[in-house]
Amino acid sequence: MHLNGQELELLRIIETNSRIETADLAKMTDLSEEDIQATLQKLEDMRIIVRYATLINWAKVDEYHGVTAMIDVKVTPKRGVGFDEVAQRIYRFKEVESVYLMSGAYDLSVIIEGRSMNEVAQFVSDKLSTLDSVISTTTHFILKKYKHDGTIFEPTEKDKRIVVSP
Amino acid sequence: MIKTSYISKTVQELKPSGIRKFFDLAANMEGVVSLGVGEPDFVTSWSAREAAINSLEMGHTSYTANAGMLELREEIAHYMKSRFHVSYDPEEEIIVTVGASQGIDIALRTILNPGEEIIVVEPCFVAYAPIVTMAGGVPVTVQALPENDFKIKAEQIEELITPKTKALFICSPNNPTGTQLGKSDLEAIAEVVIKHDLLVISDEIYAELVYDEGYTSFAAIDGILERTILLNGFSKAFAMTGWRLGFVCAPKEISQAMLKVHQYAIMCAPTMAQYAALEALQHGMSDVEDMRSSYRRRRNYIVKSFNEIGLDCHKPGGAFYAFPSIRKTGLSSQEFAERLLLEEKVAVVPGDVFGESGEGHIRCSYASSMEQLQEAIKRISRFMERFN
Repeated sequence: MHLNGQELELLRIIETNSRIETADLAKMTDLSEEDIQATLQKLEDMRIIVRYATLINWAKVDEYHGVTAMIDVKVTPKRGVGFDEVAQRIYRFKEVESVYLMSGAYDLSVIIEGRSMNEVAQFVSDKLSTLDSVISTTTHFILKKYKHDGTIFEPTEKDKRIVVSP
Repeated sequence: MIKTSYISKTVQELKPSGIRKFFDLAANMEGVVSLGVGEPDFVTSWSAREAAINSLEMGHTSYTANAGMLELREEIAHYMKSRFHVSYDPEEEIIVTVGASQGIDIALRTILNPGEEIIVVEPCFVAYAPIVTMAGGVPVTVQALPENDFKIKAEQIEELITPKTKALFICSPNNPTGTQLGKSDLEAIAEVVIKHDLLVISDEIYAELVYDEGYTSFAAIDGILERTILLNGFSKAFAMTGWRLGFVCAPKEISQAMLKVHQYAIMCAPTMAQYAALEALQHGMSDVEDMRSSYRRRRNYIVKSFNEIGLDCHKPGGAFYAFPSIRKTGLSSQEFAERLLLEEKVAVVPGDVFGESGEGHIRCSYASSMEQLQEAIKRISRFMERFN
């Protein structure tokens, strides 16, 4: 789908901050608020804007005990549907966060979140590796997230510039 | 006993920068939102920082050639040619300097005989006129006017030309007004410059930061390159202010004369900074593009917001400054800036420190995060209500 410059600009702005107010978006892009709303609506209808998400650093929350695993999955593609069918069988599990088709040593990269390593292990052995097309799985647990979707989790450094300069 | 006479008359008579007062006032306050900063809010790209670190690890800690590493000058020549359509010989016509500021210094010291005049277009960066004076010249200021959106007119320049006039000193996009001179503006000025056989010192440090139309370098105007000293650098476009790295381009005869001043004054620009700059030129143009987009959004935001809250503001084509008029309030620039700082804790720079036609305006840098800009607009809006 071809987008015009204003639509692209809008996407670039809200990609990192979807909570920015329509009035401010209008000022930043030199469009009217009505135009902004109409454009957002159009992009949502086209499912180019899929969801407005929040990036949360769960590692800072004591109550959170989840673990995340990245699983390299080798599969046998099927005639006519290629990898899409097995990908669909995998992404329909609610435990599965993300599924990507990859180039290289394996075929699908599957990201799973569970409450414990045990839970993830159980999912892999019971659900994933038992699928017909799956040849092998390699599970990697994430130990620490430093940066996610372009955002560094460590607190950003304070503005060190002198307050008034020529 | 320290006597005043220890200090040269020239330096005694230099006025301290008007910015200093606001710095002292704002630096000691808590919770200030500053629109007073004349540098990018981005940190230098990691790839450039990493290149400097690597240069240290490799032990590149000695002097470079006086004019800077040839590899860097070649890259600068290529950049100037591909980006701004001006050709300079990297061997003889480019000098890497300690910020564009040092470029200004060697340019003026190279061309000025005592008493010769430099026409300085104001409002402008606070250092131009003092450096002219320190180089033994006489700054003759000419005011770009608010009714022309701060574009200087060729006839205004021509009126001030005397037999002593040596050069025109100009900056586009401009600090503090953000005004960008287009090709036709420059051509009109070029005609006067050629007619009166003047040199041009063109400060193009903000050349990469233009938002609506392409950039025209003064040196790209017909017949001007051979009489132009072009200043540029890495501070603004590549967010490298603290590295102190700029460059100056000029025809061979002028460049080689400037190189004499440069080598006696400073030897060469810092080596590790030159490595960072080389990396920035080779692989950093997409960073420049990202920063430009970000500034463009913030410019649109702040200019619209100022006009909405009753501060008339022309839409500047470049740099990262808005220069709204505060005349409606009946206050002077100094009074406005001081009260705004004390009453609402927003730091701006009064326009008159950049030249007399800046009176009635304030310089607001939008090189700050959107959150900071939003907060500043909120506070300034509250402040403006007092004048309704």
